[in-house]
Amino acid sequence: MKTRLTLRTLALGYLGFLIILPVASIFWFTFSDGLGTFWSSVTEPDAVSAFYLTLIAAGVAVAANTVFGVLCAIVLVRHRFPGKRILGALTDLPLAVSPVIIGLALILVYGSGGWFGGWLAERGILIIFSIPGIILATIFASLPFVVREVAPVLREVGIEQEQASSTLGASPWQTFWLITLPSIRHGLTYGVVLTTARALGEFGAVAVVSGRIIGRTETLTLHVEDRFLAFDLTGAYAASVVLALLALGTLFAMNFFNREEKA
Amino acid sequence: MGITVHNVSKKFADFTALGDVSLDIPSGSLTALLGPSGSGKSTLLRVIAGLEEPDSGEVIISGEKKTGLPPQKRGVGFVFQHYAAFKHMTVYDNVAFGLKIRKRPKTEIDKRVSELLELVQLSGFSHRYPTQLSGGQRQRMALARALAIQPEVLLLDEPFGALDATVRKELRAWLRRLHQEMDVTTVLVTHDQEEAMEVATEIVVMNQGDIEQIGPPQEVYENPATEFVMGFVGPVTRLGEAYVRPHDLRIRLEPDGETTGARVEDLLHLGFEVRVHLRLASGEDLWAQVTREAASELGLRRGTSVHVVTEHSKVFG
Repeated sequence: MKTRLTLRTLALGYLGFLIILPVASIFWFTFSDGLGTFWSSVTEPDAVSAFYLTLIAAGVAVAANTVFGVLCAIVLVRHRFPGKRILGALTDLPLAVSPVIIGLALILVYGSGGWFGGWLAERGILIIFSIPGIILATIFASLPFVVREVAPVLREVGIEQEQASSTLGASPWQTFWLITLPSIRHGLTYGVVLTTARALGEFGAVAVVSGRIIGRTETLTLHVEDRFLAFDLTGAYAASVVLALLALGTLFAMNFFNREEKA
Repeated sequence: MGITVHNVSKKFADFTALGDVSLDIPSGSLTALLGPSGSGKSTLLRVIAGLEEPDSGEVIISGEKKTGLPPQKRGVGFVFQHYAAFKHMTVYDNVAFGLKIRKRPKTEIDKRVSELLELVQLSGFSHRYPTQLSGGQRQRMALARALAIQPEVLLLDEPFGALDATVRKELRAWLRRLHQEMDVTTVLVTHDQEEAMEVATEIVVMNQGDIEQIGPPQEVYENPATEFVMGFVGPVTRLGEAYVRPHDLRIRLEPDGETTGARVEDLLHLGFEVRVHLRLASGEDLWAQVTREAASELGLRRGTSVHVVTEHSKVFG
């Protein structure tokens, strides 16, 4: 009895000090000056532009990484081909390397002096220091999550249900929608939540490739730092709260979605 | 009609799963593919279903060439050893799956599903999920699901292999009855000779990727074509060069010219039968299966001198 209480206190204390306290204090500081201050901070044009850019970058990254993540997981689990191990390791790469390195790598490829950058620039397409670069960096940084969550579920589910579906007359496409997707749903949902969280919060890679043009290539995380460095603490905290709310919203939406489907 | 398999071969890396197999399965029969694991029986079934593509050869179902067609275009019902139940669907949706794919009207689907659930004795279970069913119930559901699409042939891959002995026995009898009612060409894969004997009208004995013998259960048991078949479909013992079923071995107390002298080494009482372990004068060991009455009439005990003879024996070149 005593040990159980100790364990519980320890776990709660750990979460309390390291997670709840800092997050709560951000909310506290943000709203201590009243809702009006918060509202004027977040409706300021630069903040609004950062908000939309984050939504766009995260939206595209989540959509792309969901589709290609499921595709990669299926290929990795169901197909046999040389180099499969290497492909598996490559999908983990964004987790292993620092986001700053991801940013630098993108500059090497797409920058004006990079392999594709020059060719693209001649055709008037700008990747680095512009929105496509930010989207690319966000995709790169948040790529592993769907693959990592879906692959083990696929392995566990096996192929017999899919084979049964095909003997019952379903085309491969029908089998995917009616059998495969529902069986990996929980893993996929969790993968999407992690992808969203990472995409919303990405800082390092985006900081390198964006060029940080205020009001144009600044995402919410960059905006938070920018406000912070400009001694505008209210603005920094307000933007942080918006970020946190976006993440919490995703989490609740996914939880809700999962429960709905189960009933 | 029925199923024709023509010169089918299949290799997995270095392993030859099917050598060069040809087989005719008559329409309306219940055929068992019987063999040890690695004999190629499951591969052959999967080749018929289109779940495996053969390296060479042809599969013809009801006179139509099916080689190269994907499973969904073959019109086969397939039942897996581990049920392959759609876990996120109710029993009703599992059974209705093939009909929904075929876009049948709702009323027809309702009617057909309830008929099938009655047939497999799962009428009250239509709103349950597979995890809420026992193994036997899941397999009956899988069977109803396979039958829903009115397949030309029904293929069962070790369908009772994952069930416990009592349920297995029950389902075998039930499958036999079902087959008589449905009259659909059925192929069953099993490694259990008793199951094959009990259920099938025709047995195909396979070994190492080839067919050893095809025939009705009695024929395969009483007139095995090879040493392997003899040993696989029933108990066997040796009397010199000859292979004998232990229950075909007669034990006498007096020699009569055709008998061979032996000594009782051990007696095992197994309910209605007695297993007699014998040693010939030449030092060879063999065993006989006799009834309890026969054993006590002969007064058999350890060390008794006896004489053995048989009318049914086989010598394989």
